[in-house]
Amino acid sequence: MKAMTGPKEHPLDIYLRAERLPHIWCPGCGIGIILNSFFRGLMESKLDLDKVVMVSGIGCTGRAAGYVNLDSFHTTHGRAIPFATGMKLANPELKVVVFSGDGDLFAIGGNHFIHAARRNIDMTVICVNNFNYGMTGGQLGSTTPLGARTTTSRTGSIEQPMNIPYLAAASGAVYVARWTAAHVGKLERTITEALLKKGFSLVEVISPCPTYYGRMNKQAAGLEQMRYYRDNSVIKHGIDPKHAAIEYQGEIIVGKFVDIERPYLPYPQDREWQINLR
Amino acid sequence: MTEDGCLVGEFFFSGNEACTEGAISAGCRFFGGYPITPSTEIAERMSERLPEVGGAFIQMEDEIASMAAILGASWGGVKAMTATSGPGFSLMMENIGLGLMTETPCVVVNMQRAGPSTGLPTLTGQGDMMQARWGSHGCYGIIALSPDSPQELFDLTVKAFNLSETYRLPVLVMSEAAVGHMYEKVVIPPPGEIEVVHRRKPTVPPEKYLPFKPDADLVPPMANAGEGYHFHVTGLTHDERGYPASSVEVQDKLVRRLVDKVYKNADKIIEVEEDRVDDAEVVVCAYGISARVSRIAIEHARDMGIRAGLLRLITVWPFPEARVRDIARQVKAFIVPEINYGQIALEVERCAGGAARTILVPHMGGGVHNPETILDVIRQAVR
Repeated sequence: MKAMTGPKEHPLDIYLRAERLPHIWCPGCGIGIILNSFFRGLMESKLDLDKVVMVSGIGCTGRAAGYVNLDSFHTTHGRAIPFATGMKLANPELKVVVFSGDGDLFAIGGNHFIHAARRNIDMTVICVNNFNYGMTGGQLGSTTPLGARTTTSRTGSIEQPMNIPYLAAASGAVYVARWTAAHVGKLERTITEALLKKGFSLVEVISPCPTYYGRMNKQAAGLEQMRYYRDNSVIKHGIDPKHAAIEYQGEIIVGKFVDIERPYLPYPQDREWQINLR
Repeated sequence: MTEDGCLVGEFFFSGNEACTEGAISAGCRFFGGYPITPSTEIAERMSERLPEVGGAFIQMEDEIASMAAILGASWGGVKAMTATSGPGFSLMMENIGLGLMTETPCVVVNMQRAGPSTGLPTLTGQGDMMQARWGSHGCYGIIALSPDSPQELFDLTVKAFNLSETYRLPVLVMSEAAVGHMYEKVVIPPPGEIEVVHRRKPTVPPEKYLPFKPDADLVPPMANAGEGYHFHVTGLTHDERGYPASSVEVQDKLVRRLVDKVYKNADKIIEVEEDRVDDAEVVVCAYGISARVSRIAIEHARDMGIRAGLLRLITVWPFPEARVRDIARQVKAFIVPEINYGQIALEVERCAGGAARTILVPHMGGGVHNPETILDVIRQAVR
């Protein structure tokens, strides 16, 4: 791919480990688009890149940490958040970003998510939600819409899926937003906001998985899934995320749902009440 | 107390309290844990002591998260520890594996109780010794220490941190309820008299840093997150750059080193205590509380004219193979009392290699051996 390694530098090259390309993601996958938005959002945040750490779990999105030119940690399945919690408390100077998939963060890692949000640990979690387990071949996940087919729900899922923003808000996250891979500009601005927000911020990004979820659900090309997002997304900023559940092939409510303030961990060193504690 | 918050002097401490102070003196500044009998007092004391010395304490949602948190904290540049007992130790196995694969220094204290499963939560056991060796999946080298007193819980917790920083791996302090809840005099020397080791840092600039390229001792220097090295760490099989590499060759090179960095440094790691082994015809090989009970049996045996000795394993893993082989040539039998149905006895038998008999004295847990039970076996062994 000579054209990609030409002399002219791409402005985002500094964020990538070029020697690790090509990446493992399938054609039509949304993770690359979302990572691009993340880089742009990160650039806009003006954070010191030496102090930004990416922690991932396991799965397709979990591989993101391996491609970013930051201190990066590819941990165990579901455990990115507690790993990141320890790192942030040990060194509050760091900006810790957890970048992982829906299965990793909300099925096997669901409990850790709830508790990090409850504690309001100062970190940003970016969840790429493709409605299934891509890495293992497209199985049912805790986010698979009711009725959607996967390789372990051949006739359609019979389980109620998780509403991620609703769970995040109920658990205590101070910043909760959702976009799709078709909303790159909005996603970019949201990521900047989330990175600069003090406390636990969650950005859910609905993402195409044409290889598995799309193929099993009559959207076999990434573009078809992107078209579905474009045509069916409805922006509703500030809506109670209880009303943001996703139904099979239905509308996708996107926007910023929560942006509040409350005390977070680790406590800033100069807080008055911390002095009172002593 | 010193200016930086470390205790100095003589104290009447439980093993759990001594363990906490050992960690503080060793420079531990992060604890992530989950309450579990009989280790809870370590978490409780840590929650008070760490803020006093500028450290961080967090009670996590479970032991899986606790283990993940101490790995993250260690990469954040801080010496980190957790403490648990059997059920929690089982949950930690996943991320102990991550710690081994990513060569993350940290200390895990297991105050063993009788299992399996919930077992006897408040009563002692030594049933996790093989789990300590093999509990996480795959091949690896591990270091596990076994203290026999509150004083040694202080000393060996310091040593565990030093070994973890030297060899870059989770080091296990395999204690038990009987020692963790035992109160005895504990002497804490002034800080200058306690050896404290810190991780070896890279000496090359970030662009030349290969995070998993080992030095001659098979251990790679370690950069912390936030120091500008922009390195990658993964639980996948990885090359010296830290990048995933799905090949038999890279797997061979990496896993061989993870095992060898412990085995080839075993002489520097292993510590045993010997009592009257030189002229012994029978040697009791024991660890932890079982070694203390064995001493009584050995005294009685000596009084009866039986030349009995004690080989106390302070380091259980790596197993002191060479020393057991040597002793096997001079004795009739090894006697191995342990509070399980035969774990370390299997290692002794393997190393004795037919040169001497190995006699297991099992105890199913919930208490310690009666010294007379061990004495009876000593008498039968020399008959």
